[in-house]
Parts: sequence; C-alpha cells; structure tokens
Amino acid sequence: TASRLHAFSGSFPRQWLTDTVVLKIIKHYQEEGQGSEVVQGVLLGLVVEDRLEITNCFPFPQHTEDDADFDEVQYQMEMMRSLRHVNIDHLHVGWYQSTYYGSFVSRALLDSQFSYQHAIEESVVLIYDPIKTAQGSLSLKAYRLTPKLMEICKEKDFTPECLKKANIGFEHMFEEVPIIIKNSHLINALMWDLEDKSTVADKHELLNLSSSNHLEKSLQLLMDRVDDMSQDIVKYNTYSRNMSKQQQQKHQYVQRRTQENTQRQSRGEPPLPEEDISKMFKPPQPPPRMDTLLIAGQVNNYCQNVKEFTSQNLGKLFMAEALQGHN
Amino acid sequence: MSVSGPVVKIHPVVLASICDSYERRNEGASRVIGTLLGTVDKHSIEVTNCFSVPHNESEDEVAVDMEFAKNMYELHKRVSPTEVIIGWYATGFDITEHSVLIHEYYSREATNPIHLTMDTALQSGKMSIRAYVSAQMGVPGKTVGVMFTPLTVKYVYYDTERIGVDLLQRTRVLPNRTKGLTSDLSQVGCSAARLQDMLTTMLAYIDDVLSGKVAADNSVGRFLMDLVNKVPTISAEDFENMLNSNINDLLMVTYLSNLTQAQIALNEKLVLL
Repeated sequence: TASRLHAFSGSFPRQWLTDTVVLKIIKHYQEEGQGSEVVQGVLLGLVVEDRLEITNCFPFPQHTEDDADFDEVQYQMEMMRSLRHVNIDHLHVGWYQSTYYGSFVSRALLDSQFSYQHAIEESVVLIYDPIKTAQGSLSLKAYRLTPKLMEICKEKDFTPECLKKANIGFEHMFEEVPIIIKNSHLINALMWDLEDKSTVADKHELLNLSSSNHLEKSLQLLMDRVDDMSQDIVKYNTYSRNMSKQQQQKHQYVQRRTQENTQRQSRGEPPLPEEDISKMFKPPQPPPRMDTLLIAGQVNNYCQNVKEFTSQNLGKLFMAEALQGHN
Repeated sequence: MSVSGPVVKIHPVVLASICDSYERRNEGASRVIGTLLGTVDKHSIEVTNCFSVPHNESEDEVAVDMEFAKNMYELHKRVSPTEVIIGWYATGFDITEHSVLIHEYYSREATNPIHLTMDTALQSGKMSIRAYVSAQMGVPGKTVGVMFTPLTVKYVYYDTERIGVDLLQRTRVLPNRTKGLTSDLSQVGCSAARLQDMLTTMLAYIDDVLSGKVAADNSVGRFLMDLVNKVPTISAEDFENMLNSNINDLLMVTYLSNLTQAQIALNEKLVLL
C-alpha cells in the first residue's frame, strides 16, 4: 500500500496514512465534490501496537433524491466483503470528509464521530480541505473527540451545569492527531519513475500572491458564525436573567410565607400549609450548551485558518519586495 | 515504438492502487490483475480508477472471479457514475498467453479494452508502465491471432493531485520513508528554497556560457529574457504603497481573528463561572 498515514497524539495511537489513501481522497473530491457539498468516505486499516495505520479507503456515494431507498449499510458491507477478497485490510478505522473553507465543526460531524469512536476506540475523522490544497499545500488533518467530550455525549446531557462540571471549553472538544505518511519501497520506486516522466510545471501554486478572494470568503464565514454566536449569547443571557429573577421571586415568596406564619402564630392560628415551591415556580429551561460549544469551536477553527493564511501571505509579500528591490 | 491510436492518460491514483494490490497479493501468486475504470474520449482514454480482481493462474489454465469483478464495478458505479470499464491491468513484465484469454473476457465488457502492464518486479531496473490495445492479425478465416499494439502513456494530474503527489515525492528522499505534514510559514520557506535551487542552477549555466565553457543556446536565452521581464517594472513608490496596503490588510485580519479568539475564550470562562 502506498504510504500509510500514521497519526500520533500523545498517549494515543499514532496514525500512518498511505499514499493510496491520500490520492484517493483527493480524486474523490475532485470528481464528485464540485460545489459546496461535502464528500465522505470510509477509512480502512488496522491498529498496530500504538499506531493507527490507515491503508485504504473507499468513498461514499452522494445522496441524491432518486436514491431514497439506497442502503448505505449494505453498500458498505458489500465493499468491505469484496475488499477482503483481495487482501485489503477491511477493518473500519474511521472516516473522512471534505470541508469548505474549514467549516466542519457541526453537530452531524460530532454525532458521526461519536458513534465511530464509541464502536472503535482509536477511530479518527480525516478532514481534507481541497481549497487550501489547491493553494499549494496538502491539507489533511485528523481529529478525534477528547475523552471528556465522549463522556458528555454518552450522557446526552448538554445543560450548562453538566458542562461546567466536566470543565469543557471549546478547545477541549477535538484533539488533533498528527499524521505521518509512510511509503513502501515499491511506491518509492514508483515515485522516482513518476518524477522522471513528469514536468516541473505547476509546483509553485504556493507562491501565488493573490489572497483577497480566499480571505474574503473566510472572513464572511467567520462573520456568520460570530453572528450565530452572539445570538446564542443573548439567549443565554436572557436565561440567566430569568433564573435570577425567579430566584428573587422564590426568595420573596418564602419570606412572605414565614412572615405570615409568624404573624399567624402570634395570633394563635394554624400556620398556612407549606406549598410546594418548585411547582409554583417552574425553573426556565436551560438552553443546550452543545451548540454554543460547537460554534465556539468553529469560530476558533476559522480564526486559526485565517491566521495561518495571513502569515503565509506576509512571507510571500516580503519575498516579492525583495524581488522588486533588485530591479 | 510507433504508436497510433488513442493516448492513454493515467492518474497516479491508479498506479498507487496497483502497487498496493501487488504488495497484498496471495501467497504463490506471481502477478495481480484487475479492472481499469475511466472515461473514453475521441483521441484519449483517461484512466482514473481501478480495483483488483482475484484470480488463479497455473501452467495451463487461468481462472478469474468474474462475479466479483461485476460486483465491484456496480459498487464503484454508485459513487462515480461516469466511470466505465475501459480495460484491465496486470503486473509483470511480459504479456503471457493467459493475458489473451483475460483480454477476451474484457472485450466482452468494454469495446476495445486497453491492457496496462506495470513491472512491479522491476525486472528492467525501473518500473515500466505500458499500455496495449489488441489487434487482430493473421490470415482471416484460417488462423487468427491477437497482437498487442503499444500505446503512448501519459501521466495526468488534477491540480490538487499534483500537490498531493508533490508531498509524497518528498517522502522518498527521507531514510525511513516517513514524512509529517507541515503547514504554515515553513511551507512557503520550502517553496522559496526550491525556487532558490532552480535559480542557482540557472546562474551556474549562465556563468558557464559567459566564460565560454558551454555553447550558448538561443532558446534558453529567450526563456531567460522572458523570466527577467516577468518581474513587473513598477515605480518604487507605487510598489511601496501596494505592499504597505496589502500588509496592512493582512495585519488587520490577524488582529481581528486574535480578538475573536480572545472573545470566545472569555465567553467560555464567563459561562463556566
């Protein structure tokens, strides 16, 4: 198998990816993913000692309307069975997805990754960013959910109290697993051969100076997310205000009650029955915090991407200046 | 080698997959075969995908799991409906008699299939990749045979594929054949280093020509002229302005994104209070 991608994260398994996987993912996006839809597929491989080796992959077909009765599970089973016949590792170790400008932190991704990680402990999701790759550098990142987040998802309890207990911030949601590409000797030979036959053209996309288009789009997405976030914050604020108002009301009510009771006692009358306070004041519904977390994570991701991009461009601009200076 | 007929354009995905299947072949099998998928044009055939098919080969007979091949093709068609079977591949240096039989089978699946061989055993010192198409030969009506005529093979890449292959190329120079994925400024640095290398080579050549060691080549001279002219002549002041405004844009964006990150971190802390 071509290179193996090995991902490594501290005490967690490393990941080794293979060439085939890289090329297949790229090809899949190129052919099927024009437009802003995501393409997805399954990663196959095996776990070796403390490494996760990803040796092959196959794509998932797109969901189209006339495929309503298409059985995904069946497709997967068939594919894996067939691959087993040709000795390809048929263990499911993760899945991959393409992303549009880095916007992949969503509920759907979280759910899918959770179900994968629940079944197979070391599974990862590979995020492939085709637009960044087209700019000159292969952008493949592997993520997995942190154990803390796994706990939360298991409980399905997204109230603020629970999250506070677990002390989860948006940077504790996903952990990135570094990837190493490993080649076999045969593929090495192939690479030498290809190098011979191919031309030198097009190797320098990375040094392209035009940046405004990409920057514009990224910032647009960032602004949208920040808008979402501010709405969420407003919701949370109203909730906490309601909560505190309610606390005050409860307090007042209890005070009035005790006052009345002491008055009645002094007059010799039986005290009023204790009423169930909680039934009278129904606590407002705490807003689910998971969405906020996701939005925060997404915003963080966008910011990271933008910063990377700007630093690269600054470098390029200085190079252009040097070039001009010699004229 | 005289070549006529369509040009075969191969994507690197196919080659990597073939190598992969070869490495995973069953015990005792000396070669692997499989189906090639792709699209057919008027003058070219583009091979974009492939999958291996289990087969058994012995001295006098060959058995191919055709059911499997059909199944796999159906599955692949679900994902990319534009791909059709355009031929088959085999690893190994020569074309054997069994190949003829297998080729016949594939002629039933596709019109005029191509046959691709890839020398994974590196018999001739390099991995020669060749493509053939079959042609009838012999005396019509009597003994008819099949001859494989070679075709030109070209490698094509999508842009993103090119960049992916680039990264993979870099792994071959490292001793333990591994490479991490780098990002950020270091990549610009790498590209700049490459550019610098190329410039050094060119400068060495120019020096040689100037000192008379190498005869001057006019076409190279013209290329050099083009290169030097590509740097646009802008007045220093204008360039300075452009540069500064660009840098300002980028710095502002960096500042804003840092601000946003600080904001959400703060928000997080406040909520968790």
